[in-house]
Amino acid sequence: MQLEAHSLSFRYGKNPWLFKNVEFSVEPGEVVGLVGPSGFGKTTFCRILAGYEQPVEGSVTLGGNPLPVKGYHPVQLVFQHPERAVNPRWKMNKILNEAWKPDKELLDTLGIEQEWLARWPGELSGGELQRFCVARALGPETRFLIADEMTTMLDAVTQAQIWHAVLEIARQREMGIIVVSHEAKLVERLCDRVVELGRRL
Amino acid sequence: MAILEVENLSVSFKRYTRGFKQVKSNVISSLSVEVEEGEIMAIVGASGSGKSLLAQAILGILPRNAIVSGGIKYGGEVLTPPRQRALCGREIALVPQSVNSLDPLMRVGEQVRTSVKSGNAAAAQKEVFERYHLDANVEKMYPFQLSGGMARRVLISTAMVSGARVIIADEPTPGLDERSVAEALKHLREFADSRCAVLLITHDIESALKIADRIAVFYAGTTVEISPVENFRGNGEELWHPFSKALWRALPQNGFVPIPGSQPHPDDLPSGCLFAPRCGMASAECGEALPDMRKLRNGSVRCIHAT
Amino acid sequence: MSSLKNKRQRAILITVLAVVLLAGVVLLGFILDEEKIATHLDNRNSPPSLEHLFGTDWLGRDMFTRTMMGLSLSMGVGLAGALGSTMIAAFLGMIAATMGRAADAIVSWLIDLFLSVPHLVTLILISFSLGGGAKGIIVGIALTHWPSLSRVIRAEMMQIRSAEYVQVSRRMGRPGWWIAAKHIFPHILPQLLVGFLLMFPHAILHEAAVTFLGMGLSPHQPAIGIILSESMKYLSSGLWWLAFFPGLSLLFAVRLFDVIGGNLRLFTDPSKTHEE
Repeated sequence: MQLEAHSLSFRYGKNPWLFKNVEFSVEPGEVVGLVGPSGFGKTTFCRILAGYEQPVEGSVTLGGNPLPVKGYHPVQLVFQHPERAVNPRWKMNKILNEAWKPDKELLDTLGIEQEWLARWPGELSGGELQRFCVARALGPETRFLIADEMTTMLDAVTQAQIWHAVLEIARQREMGIIVVSHEAKLVERLCDRVVELGRRL
Repeated sequence: MAILEVENLSVSFKRYTRGFKQVKSNVISSLSVEVEEGEIMAIVGASGSGKSLLAQAILGILPRNAIVSGGIKYGGEVLTPPRQRALCGREIALVPQSVNSLDPLMRVGEQVRTSVKSGNAAAAQKEVFERYHLDANVEKMYPFQLSGGMARRVLISTAMVSGARVIIADEPTPGLDERSVAEALKHLREFADSRCAVLLITHDIESALKIADRIAVFYAGTTVEISPVENFRGNGEELWHPFSKALWRALPQNGFVPIPGSQPHPDDLPSGCLFAPRCGMASAECGEALPDMRKLRNGSVRCIHAT
Repeated sequence: MSSLKNKRQRAILITVLAVVLLAGVVLLGFILDEEKIATHLDNRNSPPSLEHLFGTDWLGRDMFTRTMMGLSLSMGVGLAGALGSTMIAAFLGMIAATMGRAADAIVSWLIDLFLSVPHLVTLILISFSLGGGAKGIIVGIALTHWPSLSRVIRAEMMQIRSAEYVQVSRRMGRPGWWIAAKHIFPHILPQLLVGFLLMFPHAILHEAAVTFLGMGLSPHQPAIGIILSESMKYLSSGLWWLAFFPGLSLLFAVRLFDVIGGNLRLFTDPSKTHEE
């Protein structure tokens, strides 16, 4: 099932177009890098693919069908700042199991320790929280994962740990990954193909 | 001469666990680091290793429940709380980590102008905006209208125009594209070269390598190694601490090899060497006491096995 | 005391003490003998003593009993008024944040309208037009004290609705009601509770003030406002205890509510929970 964006355009209200007529597609199992200077709408583009925003023009399809409006979204997005993506009033255990119950094997692959499950988000570091956000996004119905600067705030060791786990899981499940990052060397290391998003496409 | 010296700094917090019990967590333990005139000292390490707290300790803006011991000296004199209040924002400027630090209700041009301590504020602001490729119309914008990268450049501009002698840059580059990163780093370098100093806090070793003179590697709230930047090369043979080596080898361009495990939590630190539980070289002796930093060739390291 | 080694434990203890004291007043208001506030002409105008802690008035009524009954009545009125006001605040705040731009504009306009007039004035008008009495004053309090809390609730709702974790939850297929119940409501609830508790002292003071001015509870009810306004006549003749103790008790009760509300805010504010 291919994820496709057909002549996608977006702008806020009457502001200038953030991007216009973008064509983009990812195959299952493919790792695609999405790069471009800051302020060119990469994050908004990802948010549209993952159903957080509606495009002003154009459409997104998965295997030829429009994306579901309700229910679990098959394209999941992991953000740059994990501390904002978790409810500070919930313990990690509840956060992890919000939509589905990740098994022990997945937690081990991602390096999530049992002892962390009983903690509050404020008691974990960004790297630890981000592992939870990744686990949470890897539900059985996830076909594509978008990593929007997912490891930008993390140190190299944690970054390598998380990416090794994600690539491993993606390979097993034939899941496609879209990597948004400013770090050229990371994109080079991870991706099969790199797409540049600029204002003039 | 060292402009800024941190000697044997420890910071701990009393924190409530479930209900009313308090535990003490040691977020920074016996940390020493100094920045010389004309130097950029980069501090790299995992998130949660106490890097940002070091910045807060220097600026005297730690949360109220922090317990601090050890000393910080600026220009050879102890940095007492009154001196901190007098100097911060003037002689010591911070480029904060969070772009939320901008005043949401003030046009950004005005925010930058209020940081100018002498001379023509408007001219200085215009010049610094030009330097950072911020269009002239940006000065009339409010922070919510800026992209993440633009907000970051505004934050850097604010510190640059303040006439400070020391800039503490807390993660100044994430969210910036390569050109803007290069620019921002270049300006920090120029700043240091004009007989000032920069403490660059970052998790991005690569940008640290481009401009820093020395790199301090942080782990679990203390330095494990301080080495000149030229030691960071090849396969990490010239690095002495096993964590520095691991960090180096985990970079995407250097093998992308992760080591298992994670940094210990500040309320549950191991008794001896903080890295011992994840270390391949650990011996019984490592569990006894936190090793001291010791001089080794052209730097210093906190590991009893390093030679 | 060794068991009170941190701020949170002290705050809990103070809160519990305050609650017990206030509950005690309400209880006293119910169990004190009506006979004590009957007229005893042989024991008129006696200054405070062990038998009559707050003294007696010009009819020989025990002022302590009158004060406690008055306070407990005031608290009842305050409770009803503050409860109504909190409900209005929650309702309007949620409507403003969820029902679109037009609703938001109307609610915001209403809030501004009510905030632009001193609410004691509005309260008097409403109470007066409803013919005074307990009903008038309760409706008056309920209709005048909601705007600032409403504004807080609206802002909180707006903020949490756009919070990243709420959006993530939606994309993970959680239904709207589930998100409202599990993410949004638990976030708003402490705000409501604290808002309610901090509104309470206001409500009590305003009830007393309006009653004092003769536009609130009827003179036959043992309300604090009535006691104070009657006592004013006797102040010049040296019967200082008639106004002093009831007034002090009122201030004390109000302060206790403030303490409870303030401490509760401390407990529910995640950014303050770890301080000292």
